[in-house]
Amino acid sequence: MTKPDSTTRAAAGRIENTGPVWVEPTGAYPAVRTPVIEAHEVWKTYRSGTLAVDALRGVTFEIQAGEYVAVMGPSGSGKSTLMHILGCLDVPTSGTLRLAGEDASAMTEEELAHVRNRRIGFVFQQFNLLASMSAWRNVELPLLYAGVDRPERKRRALESLDRVGLKDRVDHRPGELSGGQQQRVAIARALVTNPDLILADEPTGNLDSASAADVMHLLDELHRSGRTIVLITHEAEVAAAAGQTMRIRDGLILDAEAIVGAGAGR
Amino acid sequence: MNILETFRTGMEAVVAHRLRSALTVLGIMIGITAVILTVGLGEGAQQQVSSQISALGSNLLTVTPGSTTSSSGIRGGFGSASTLTVGDAAALTSKVVAPDIGAVAPATTSNESLVAGTSNWTTTVVGTDPSWLTVRGRTLTEGRFIVNNDVATKANVVVLGATTAQELFGFRDPVGQSVNISGQPMSVIGVLNTVGSSSTSSTASNPDDQAILPLTTASSLLFSGASRNSVNQILIQATSANTLSAAYQEADAELLSLHGITTATAADFTITSEAQILSTATSVDKTLTVLLGGVAGISLLVGGIGVMNIMLVSVTERIREIGLRKALGATPRVIRRQFLVEASVLGTVGGILGALLGLIGAVVLPHFISDPITISPVAAIGAIAIAIGIGIAFGVYPAGRAARLAPIDALRSE
Repeated sequence: MTKPDSTTRAAAGRIENTGPVWVEPTGAYPAVRTPVIEAHEVWKTYRSGTLAVDALRGVTFEIQAGEYVAVMGPSGSGKSTLMHILGCLDVPTSGTLRLAGEDASAMTEEELAHVRNRRIGFVFQQFNLLASMSAWRNVELPLLYAGVDRPERKRRALESLDRVGLKDRVDHRPGELSGGQQQRVAIARALVTNPDLILADEPTGNLDSASAADVMHLLDELHRSGRTIVLITHEAEVAAAAGQTMRIRDGLILDAEAIVGAGAGR
Repeated sequence: MNILETFRTGMEAVVAHRLRSALTVLGIMIGITAVILTVGLGEGAQQQVSSQISALGSNLLTVTPGSTTSSSGIRGGFGSASTLTVGDAAALTSKVVAPDIGAVAPATTSNESLVAGTSNWTTTVVGTDPSWLTVRGRTLTEGRFIVNNDVATKANVVVLGATTAQELFGFRDPVGQSVNISGQPMSVIGVLNTVGSSSTSSTASNPDDQAILPLTTASSLLFSGASRNSVNQILIQATSANTLSAAYQEADAELLSLHGITTATAADFTITSEAQILSTATSVDKTLTVLLGGVAGISLLVGGIGVMNIMLVSVTERIREIGLRKALGATPRVIRRQFLVEASVLGTVGGILGALLGLIGAVVLPHFISDPITISPVAAIGAIAIAIGIGIAFGVYPAGRAARLAPIDALRSE
């Protein structure tokens, strides 16, 4: 078990010191780069009493920085479990998961919280905004837990909201915003820590088609500006927006070869 | 996340759930108010009793006769024997034998019916001498008290207590009027000032309801034969509160030798001091305070469990919020602290409001009830501290539960 060592601290330092929250793609990556996600033989077994259900049965894949991958599968296929494990909300039963080179499969709860805070930006189907707080207060939450001071939090939250086109809605509460706007606030919140990975779980599931297109357009734009995005969906047309698709069924990746192979293709 | 941010987050949650917070605060507030008022009531009663007793004179000793044993072996209670005499009282006045005794008043008491014109009233008749007034620490509203000459001449004069005078004469001036006691007309020469309604004095149930006669008059009128010279009690006033103990020793030694008793345990009399009565009364009041405090403590406990209940409901209700905060990077420690801050804020606010309400009650309530309420700052500060403690203590469990929630389970719940 490795404590979050200098890598984490360096990452924290990087977050504090970065000016703009998004990084324009330079196109010049180092020759050998660490994949954002390396999953190796990841198993997840849920037990209730004597009954054991294998939600994931040995999943192996890599996702490189800058990729936009859609994880597709019907309900019960294990895609939600995969999303929880990728998001460090849950740990694998066996196998290893490396996030930007760090082994997340053996971390303590505290360490997982730090990884979620610094490396991952979540976009949920249910938006999951706090109703009592204004848009910018929602967006600044991850920075609060990262220990960023208040003026800096506000500055970066506003910047992030500007990025998703909600500059004039910063003081609105979620209840005063449309579904599409709420999801854009959630995306702003996911961007604000400048994470290695944006994990979007059915981001359009609760939206009308216009808002859904709006959100998909925003994700596409983020991808083009160099973000690594994993999109989880069961809709083929949503998945089509992503550069690559990873199909999952019965806890196994159907076309894993294509994904691993396609990693360098971008 | 620093303390200030944690505190701010906790405060925001308290404000966001106004009604729930207000109800919790109310529970704590009532508990704290109850503690402050009951303890204040107990302390007020204690102070009242001690001030009444010190008004009676804390340097007072009372000698009462011992018990009798009849020929058939039946033992009477204390005071049943007639072993104290006027002679004993006279001996104690000697400055040589008892330098620390300031004044001595022998007294005989008897319940008699007093008749004035058409009205009659049964009260305690006390036969004593002029020093009674000093020893008892009493004053007169009008007229004069018994003088030595009255005692010497067995004068048929009487001094009435304020209540007695009122019962017999109403609003008429009693001084100069005549009262029949045991068929003998007595001239009223004075009326005693009131000392207040209740008293733990051992001499009379109500110090304002009695009739004072010269000792000699009372003896010849109310008693016969050998008991003529005996007295029910001898009141002794020490020269000061500091010499009370010395006065006690002197009176004890002198009476033992006068009665020819060699062992102290065989004494045929008992000497009690007002200090003893004071300590008895105080301990009774302490018991009362403890009892009331216990009741108040239970209401605090109920308030505390209320906080825990509300906090647990709050954890369940905000399970998604907790899950989200965890997904965004809040560590279990941060979540636990947030809930602890919320619980202690509720406790603190409840404590301060309860203390304020208690203080207001302490000012307002005595106008409606006869008992005084004494608020000690220690009790008020202590109650607030207890409230904060309750908030934290009963917040620990819900906070721990919130902190332990798995982020996915929390996010999944609807």
